[in-house]
Amino acid sequence: MQNQPKPYWNPFVAGGLLGVGLLMAFVWTGHGMGASGFSTALAAKGSQAVAGQAAESNAYFGGLLSGGNNPLNAWITWQMIGLAVGALIGAMTAGRFRFQFGGPTKLGNGKRTVLALAGGMLAGFGARLSLGCTSGLGLSGSATLATAGFLFLIGFFVTGAGIGLFMKRYW
Amino acid sequence: MSSMIISGLACGLVFGFALERAGFASACKLTGQLRFKDWTVFNVMFTAILVCAFGLFALQMVGVVGQYDIFIPSAFIYATLLGGVGVGAGMAVGGFCPGTSVVGFCSGHMDGLVFFIGLILGTVVFAGAYDAIEPMLTALPAPEAQTVPELLGIPTIVVLLMLTGVAAVVGYLTTRAPRPRPTEAEKREQRDADGVSGTAAGNA
Repeated sequence: MQNQPKPYWNPFVAGGLLGVGLLMAFVWTGHGMGASGFSTALAAKGSQAVAGQAAESNAYFGGLLSGGNNPLNAWITWQMIGLAVGALIGAMTAGRFRFQFGGPTKLGNGKRTVLALAGGMLAGFGARLSLGCTSGLGLSGSATLATAGFLFLIGFFVTGAGIGLFMKRYW
Repeated sequence: MSSMIISGLACGLVFGFALERAGFASACKLTGQLRFKDWTVFNVMFTAILVCAFGLFALQMVGVVGQYDIFIPSAFIYATLLGGVGVGAGMAVGGFCPGTSVVGFCSGHMDGLVFFIGLILGTVVFAGAYDAIEPMLTALPAPEAQTVPELLGIPTIVVLLMLTGVAAVVGYLTTRAPRPRPTEAEKREQRDADGVSGTAAGNA
């Protein structure tokens, strides 16, 4: 079929490109890549837009917003724009871009929405505890052989697999 | 354009493109790892970690990158581990992690967008509870040694070779099969096809 999307890359090839990109980031900027730093900046800025004073006096967001600082004016914002465009180019050129609502195949869209939102909240909360997510700590941290990276990955995979096996019934 | 914008965009482009090509826009593919049905996440991550780690090691050897030029995150036993627990639970429940939710959304997966909105809300909840959580965040910092070679007191190259060994064994065991085990949907399709051809054969 002509409309069939191209197959995914071999995992070692995709991982190799990812590693080269990560190395490029370290050599260029001194740090790796991330994602939750951006969602945190967006949460702080969004809270300021919605709640103003309450966000600025918040013990956590206050530090990010103090002195009129805009937390979105940061490297991570440009990296996330790049990530979004890169993913879009990848999906388009592979014929894989398609509007859909993924998630556990045996559940309806309502339950999938609740799960995706709850999962996002857990991950957003967790990533603030550890000061990084799978990208910033698990991938970038481990690439520097940081203990923190591997410690994070242990918590990530053990918990993920435990709950993942429970969730198996819905897939 | 400032160098911050150029380096951010360039690195992000490679990041997003590689994750898309790996199949990480799909919550089904990502969580397949957590059900031990699909080892792509492990293989992609460890390949990337090793390529970058060997690259940094080589560049430090020849002196292009100084030992203290790169950012090494600090470990706090409780906070780092519990953060991993939260992000791992988030992926098992919601199908993504923070970065892949954006990759998913940019491939048309609306569950990725919902997950990303959840991320923002979870961060707001964290900020709201920050006063209560703060003492725990920096409790029990890891030993002075911030990297695994320092912690174990063994040379970096030995740690790299050990990790390569683990990645190679897992990679071999999980990719040698000609194709992954069929999913339920594929099995159903196969059964239907067999049923049809079986009937045809019976009629023949």
